[in-house]
Amino acid sequence: MIEIKDLHKSYKMGSNSLHVLKGLNFNIEEGELVAIMGSSGSGKSTLLNILGMLDELDEGSYTLDGVPIKNLNETKAAQYRNKFLGFIFQSFNLINYKTAVENVALPLYYQGVGRKERQEKALKYLEQVGLKEWAGHLPSELSGGQKQRVAIARALAAEPKVLMADEPTGALDSKTSYEVMDLIQKINDDGNTILVVTHEPDIADMCKRIVHLKDGVIVEDKKVDQVRASQYV
Amino acid sequence: MFSRDTWHEIFETIQKNKLRTFLSGFTVALGILIFVSLVGLTNGLQNTFNEFFSNNSNNMLYLFPGRTSVPYKGYKSGRQIEFDVSDIKDIEKNFSLMTEYITPRIDRGGVVKYKSEFNNYNIRGVSESFQFAANTLIMKGRYLNKEDIRQKTKFAVIGRLVEQDLFGSENAIGAYIDIAGSVFKVVGVFQDEGGDDEERQIYIPYTTRQLIEKNTDKVDILIIGFKPEIGYVGAMAFESSLNKFLRDKKYISPADQNGIYIRNVADQFKQNQQFASVLAYIAGFIAFGTILAGIIGISNIMVFVVKERTKELGIRKALGATPRAVISSILLESVFITTISGVIGMVIGIAILSSLGEKLKDFFITDPYINIGLAFFATFILILFGAIAGYIPAKRASKIKPIVALRDE
Repeated sequence: MIEIKDLHKSYKMGSNSLHVLKGLNFNIEEGELVAIMGSSGSGKSTLLNILGMLDELDEGSYTLDGVPIKNLNETKAAQYRNKFLGFIFQSFNLINYKTAVENVALPLYYQGVGRKERQEKALKYLEQVGLKEWAGHLPSELSGGQKQRVAIARALAAEPKVLMADEPTGALDSKTSYEVMDLIQKINDDGNTILVVTHEPDIADMCKRIVHLKDGVIVEDKKVDQVRASQYV
Repeated sequence: MFSRDTWHEIFETIQKNKLRTFLSGFTVALGILIFVSLVGLTNGLQNTFNEFFSNNSNNMLYLFPGRTSVPYKGYKSGRQIEFDVSDIKDIEKNFSLMTEYITPRIDRGGVVKYKSEFNNYNIRGVSESFQFAANTLIMKGRYLNKEDIRQKTKFAVIGRLVEQDLFGSENAIGAYIDIAGSVFKVVGVFQDEGGDDEERQIYIPYTTRQLIEKNTDKVDILIIGFKPEIGYVGAMAFESSLNKFLRDKKYISPADQNGIYIRNVADQFKQNQQFASVLAYIAGFIAFGTILAGIIGISNIMVFVVKERTKELGIRKALGATPRAVISSILLESVFITTISGVIGMVIGIAILSSLGEKLKDFFITDPYINIGLAFFATFILILFGAIAGYIPAKRASKIKPIVALRDE
């Protein structure tokens, strides 16, 4: 599903150049649940941004579902993001003046899906994350866990090839974190490919594979026995 | 771009961001309202002004006789100059190409009686063409005519207020009044927009007046109406050649400041026009300033709006909004708000102006109005600049990487 070859990325900091990613190679197959781990500054967020087409790579190649991702203009990148990717952010990033169901329907709007169908689909995904009865509420009326579940429903709504979660539990307490991870595991059980960036070992252990980044290189890439979050809920 | 869905999304955004909508709408509506009111009031001021000065005709020269102050061709200084009937004939003969009419005016005060009513009035001996000079409107009966002048009839045309004073509710036409000891028949009643004084005048044939004054041929002053086609420059040239002609005829030194005075209404008219155009310039400047302030106001708000939405736009971009979609949603929203509120401001302004009518007459403002085209143009300009002011930050926002926009708190 995802193929990374010899990926380099550096940032210009004034006159200095900061080499963040130093030649990464890895593949992710369909249906995997991968945790990208590493301490702060290890380059894990940069990697996710590049995979998410929110940032551009300097060297190397990136292929997503057989499509080479390079030299994208803004419009093309937006279309690919819309078609291939679903994002889950640490700070939820819901639009505060839109209700839960409107937030979930937004990616469908940019896909050009008709109004009625958008509404139906959005409700279906809200139901999947267990928030159907909260559909008409604004983000400010929801708890942190609920917000993240709305964000997950929104990411799912576009029916993307890959879900990308950037510290999805970073702003949540551990009980709510496990609830969210339980949801992510269930979505993965349905066959979705999911990438989780985290620095918390217990969250990483709930994935099926852990890629460990340190100073811009992969130091460890191992399959793990998945810890089911449902046992903590 | 113009699908129902796009508009639905925009209406939703507008509805849910009431403060933002109100701010930008209010700025535009207020700007247009002030613009329409100011331009309207200035137009009202000009209306009053024109009314003031357009009562009497503008294509006129007044000739006043004076006393000479320089000895010339054997005549001593201090000689009183007088106009007489031969001057009228000479001017008619020599300046026929330029004159439309010429009329003398002999003013005398006198007691006028009808039955038991009497009062003091100014009695003017004039010719039939004086009607054009004074812009007199006949209410009933007729004005003096050529035959009256030739036959020196004892006919009088009286002002509306003279009729009111002396006759009350009676009809004055055909009645006989006593003017300073002579009996005149009232043949007409006139009105005049120049005010009460003008409507307390009595006109009689100047020939009759001359007959009463021992059959003299003297006239007091001459009023010449020149053809309007000759224009301001022509009027000035006419004035100077007329001056020269009369000085030759009456043996007055060309260097004499006195002797003859000519008042050229065209000159005064030009001054009035200049005053009016200064007024128009000031009004234009104020209107321009208002529009400029409106443009700056709406630009500020648009920059603020886009800044405030940076994060939202980042989220939208991460979800697949193309730069085009981002720009068009911002622009359509701003153009929609400014158009609606601009038209509202314009309509309110026009409604205020038309409701005023004559109410501000005490402040010299009559029938304020604005050219609808100008009002629409100003509204359009504000909408256009609102759109431009929105486009620049929107374009920039559409180019920020979503990851940067998302970091914006």
